[in-house]
Amino acid sequence: MTGRQLNVWGTAFQGIVAREVLRFIHQRERFLGALVRPLVWLFVFAAGFRAALGIAIIPPYETYIPYEVYIVPGLIGMIQLFNGMQGSLSMVYDREMGSMRILLTSPLPRAFLLVARLLGGVVVSILQVAAFLLIVRLYGIDLPVWAPLTVLPALLLNGLMLGALGMVLASTIRQLENFAGVMNFVVFPLFFLSSALYPLYRMEEAGPLLWWLCSLNPFTHGVESIRFALYGRVDGLALAVVAGSTLLFAALAVRGYSPARGMGSRAPSAAG
Amino acid sequence: MTVPALEVEGLRHGYGGNRLALEDVGFRVMPGAFTCLLGPNGAGKSTLFALATGLLRPNAGRVRIHGHDIVQAPGKALAELGVVFQQPTLDLDLTVLQNLRYFAALHGIGRREADRRIETELTRLSLFERRGEKVRALNGGHRRRVEIARALLHRPTLLLLDEPTVGLDIPARRTLIRHVHALCAEDGIAVLWATHLIDEIDPATDHVVVLHRGRVRACGPVAAVNAETGCASVAESFDRLTAARPAADVEAAA
Repeated sequence: MTGRQLNVWGTAFQGIVAREVLRFIHQRERFLGALVRPLVWLFVFAAGFRAALGIAIIPPYETYIPYEVYIVPGLIGMIQLFNGMQGSLSMVYDREMGSMRILLTSPLPRAFLLVARLLGGVVVSILQVAAFLLIVRLYGIDLPVWAPLTVLPALLLNGLMLGALGMVLASTIRQLENFAGVMNFVVFPLFFLSSALYPLYRMEEAGPLLWWLCSLNPFTHGVESIRFALYGRVDGLALAVVAGSTLLFAALAVRGYSPARGMGSRAPSAAG
Repeated sequence: MTVPALEVEGLRHGYGGNRLALEDVGFRVMPGAFTCLLGPNGAGKSTLFALATGLLRPNAGRVRIHGHDIVQAPGKALAELGVVFQQPTLDLDLTVLQNLRYFAALHGIGRREADRRIETELTRLSLFERRGEKVRALNGGHRRRVEIARALLHRPTLLLLDEPTVGLDIPARRTLIRHVHALCAEDGIAVLWATHLIDEIDPATDHVVVLHRGRVRACGPVAAVNAETGCASVAESFDRLTAARPAADVEAAA
């Protein structure tokens, strides 16, 4: 690859990420929504649950922890989950399909364009997490000083996985009406059948089937990788599962937008 | 010999089912020519655009843009191609300038060069003063103009426009048609303008490709097509060529 080519790719990459960030800044409701959701869980749900649920000492924790501390990584995962799905929701909008066309008529390779767009979404989700972590700290929840830094690689990987999953969904789902189903059949199962709200050993007590479902859920591993990263530690299994799922989803997403498959749409909407 | 800006050959495409959206479609657009792609709704215009922009892959046949095959060399072909899609594709919440810079970046044009070209194109369309406004604040005609300015930033040799005047009032339509004709005459850009509005054609200078039910019914300069159908005006020719059962099976003039 020549220097000029690298320059071209770099310019395009910057442009794509900058656009995602600009769009995010201009949509204040989206930012508020992204913050209010996890904060309601933290301030209301976790506060109420605190008395009901005791948590044994499990890694990466070294002492007993209040429920609010346990739930923070799960809520970070939730922010990224919603951000990934929201990205795909906006892609399904007709107008968005329009801007998708502009993206895909760039002369650069399609896989590169899609990955750049994916990373743009991840950058936005990291900004949301940063704001959330700031509030968490102000609320008085104790996290290691370096947590906002050590968590970054996990956020990047988890965001990529969920963004790629959103892209796969966006390329398969034809109509917006079907998208309500995504909430019921994708977001809720991913979130509730994971270690976001309760540790897996609790699930095991509830029944082996639930435990299996939770253990197979890639979102569980996303949350665990974030949990360990917050404490400056690495959960190898979780990391491997997240990386593997990311590759799988990304490959499916690129395939979903290949010209042979008609950009994930059948006949052009106007059929003219 | 001059390389055609657009060369379509034996193009066929179907979405499954019995009917083909396009069947053995072939025509050329030469540099500097303003060519109207005429066809009623459902003629296959949007399918042709999706194939020509590489968003779809044809079942058979080829599309070459300035000599580059869109399937085999998509990067080179797309670099020569500017597109204005039928549905609006600007980000409403971003400013005109932000929209244009984004597009320039997609084509690998650096910030300084991009800003220079943006100024040139916007000035030509008398929109430079409004570069800082959000697209949401612009009316339909102005939004279309921004899209045309955008499609020219990477200096393409071919400009495709898919029913660009839909939803515009008459003065805005006129401005747009005049501007695009000027691009052909002054810059030698080749234009393929899809429409079903006959009055958008200038019979003196324009070429037409008449598409009906997925097939090319006629193509060439307006006068030649009229001579072939034995009609006095392009409107009559169009009616005859797109009648439910064409009076005579007119073959493509290419």
